[in-house]
Amino acid sequence: MSRDGTTRRERRLGPSMLHGMRRLGGGGAELIPQGRMSGPMPWVIAIMVALTAIALAAGLSIGNAVSAAKAEIEGGVTIQIIEPREDTRDRQTRDVAKAVQQLPGVSGLRIVPREELDSLIEPWLGSGIAEATGSAIPVPALIDVRLATGATPQRVETIRTAARKVTQAARVDAQSSWLRPVFEAMVSLQILAIALVALLTLALAAAVLLAARSALGANRDVIEIVHLLGGTDKQVARVFQRSIGFDAAGGGAVGLALALVVIVLLARRFEGLGAGLVDNGALVWSDWLLLALVPILATLLAMITARFTVLHALRKML
Amino acid sequence: MTAEGEIIHFDNVGLRYGTEREVLSDLTFTLYAGRFYFLTGASGAGKTSLLKLLYLAQRPSRGAVRMFGNDAITLSRASLPALRRRIGVVFQDFRLVPHLSAFDNVALPLRVAGHGEKDIAGPVRDILEWVGLSERIDAVPATLSGGEQQRIAIARAVIGRPAVLVADEPTGNVDPEMALKLLRLFEMLNRQGTTVVVATHDLDLLRKVPDSLIMRLERGRLADPTGALRHPPARRT
Repeated sequence: MSRDGTTRRERRLGPSMLHGMRRLGGGGAELIPQGRMSGPMPWVIAIMVALTAIALAAGLSIGNAVSAAKAEIEGGVTIQIIEPREDTRDRQTRDVAKAVQQLPGVSGLRIVPREELDSLIEPWLGSGIAEATGSAIPVPALIDVRLATGATPQRVETIRTAARKVTQAARVDAQSSWLRPVFEAMVSLQILAIALVALLTLALAAAVLLAARSALGANRDVIEIVHLLGGTDKQVARVFQRSIGFDAAGGGAVGLALALVVIVLLARRFEGLGAGLVDNGALVWSDWLLLALVPILATLLAMITARFTVLHALRKML
Repeated sequence: MTAEGEIIHFDNVGLRYGTEREVLSDLTFTLYAGRFYFLTGASGAGKTSLLKLLYLAQRPSRGAVRMFGNDAITLSRASLPALRRRIGVVFQDFRLVPHLSAFDNVALPLRVAGHGEKDIAGPVRDILEWVGLSERIDAVPATLSGGEQQRIAIARAVIGRPAVLVADEPTGNVDPEMALKLLRLFEMLNRQGTTVVVATHDLDLLRKVPDSLIMRLERGRLADPTGALRHPPARRT
C-alpha cells in the first residue's frame, strides 16, 4: 500500500476502471469469473448475428426489387400486333398507337423498335436468322403504354377496345398480369427471409438461455454467498445480464462485420448480372441502418433473455 | 408479541431434509440482543442445520421463527435480503469467493448493500488491518493459509456491522493462539452490541468467555444447561 492508501492494483487499473469492476451489479461482472470473448457464447452470437444480417439483407433487397419493379410496371400495358406481313403490321402498329395515345389516362406510349425486339429474342434464337434463311421471323410488334395510374381491368379493356377497332390482330395485356408469378415467387422469398430472421432470433434466445443456465450452475456457490450476504435476485441477475451483454456485443460486432463482407461481395456479383429486376434490389441507407441495428438488438435480446432466465432460476433458490 | 431485547425467537421448530427424519426437533428458544451464545454438541447433533436456520439459508419444516420482529416463515422472498444483511455469517468452510482478492471478498457485503466505492475502501482496509491482514489485501483465497482465510471470512461477516454474528466452528482451522485471538475479536464485537452465536465442539472455548450462554444440541434437540435460554440473565451494563 502506498502513503495515500491505494494498493498496487488500484494504481495499475486507475480509479474509474476499478470502480466499474468492483461495483456489484452495476459493473460487478467480475463477481462471475469470465474472460471477455472467451468460451463459445460470443462466437455463437457472432454466427447468429451474421446469419440474421444476411437473411435480413436478402429480405430487404428482394423487397426493394419487388417495390421498384411494381412501381415500374404497375401502370404498364403491352399491346402486341400479331400480324405476319411486315408492312401491314407496321401500319397497324402506327394506327393503334395513334388511337391509344388519345385515350384519357395514357401518360406515355412507345413503339418498341425492331432492333430492341431482335435483341429480346436473340438469347433464344440467336442473331442473323433473316440473313441465313432469307426471311425474317414474324415477330409481333410491341407498343409499350404507360398509364398515369394503375392498369385496372377497366382501363386495360378500354385500350383493348380502342386497339381492336383498328385491328383484330391487337392483343392487350397489363404487364403486371404476366409478371405476377415472378412477383409471387419473390414475395415468397421475402417471407422466407423474414421467417429465417425470426427463427434465428429464437435460436439466439435459446442459446443465451442455455448459456445463462450453465453459468448459473457453474457459479451456484458464488450466487449462494451473495444471497446469504443479503444480495437480491436483481443484483445477481444484473451481473449475469452484464456479462452476457458484453459477450453479445463483442460477438454481434464480429457477426455484423462478417455479414457486411458477405453482403458486399454478393452485391458485387449481382451487379455483374446486369438484370433489371436484380439491379433494383440495391440496399438503401435505411436498410444499412436496419442491418447495423441487428447486433444492438441481438445484445438487448441476449441481456433480456439472460435476466429473465436468471431471475426464474433464482426463484427456486431460497 | 416481542419480548424486550428479543431479536430471534424459535417456537417449536423442526427441520427435515426431504423425506428423512427430522434433524432438528421441537426447538424453542429466544436470542437476546447483545448476548454471547455458544452452540455446542457432538458432530451430527444439528449445529450447522440450526445455524442455517439462523442465517436464513434454510426454512424450517415446521414451527415459527421470528427475527427482528418479522415472521421469518411467511416473509416474502423480496424481504429476505434486508433481513440477511443484519446477520453476519462465518462459514465453517469460509466460503470466500475464490477469484476475488481479500479486499473484494471483505467489500462484498458493502457492495451488496449498495455502498459507494468511496465509502468502502476505508472501512475494508481498517477491518483488514484489525484482523492483521492489511499486507494481504490483494491476495486471492488460494494463496492464503487456513487461518488467514478464516480471518478474511470474519472480516467479511462483520464489515456490515450486523446485529447478529453467526460463526460455525470459527476456530476449527486455526492454532490455539489464533483461536484465542479470534475469540477476543468476537468478544470485542459483542461488547460493541453485536449478538454473537458461535457453534463449537471445543469445550475449552466456552470457559474462556465467562458471560456466555450455552445452547447444547443433542440429536437435534436443544438442551439448556445454564437455563439462560428460558430465563435470560439481566442485561449487562
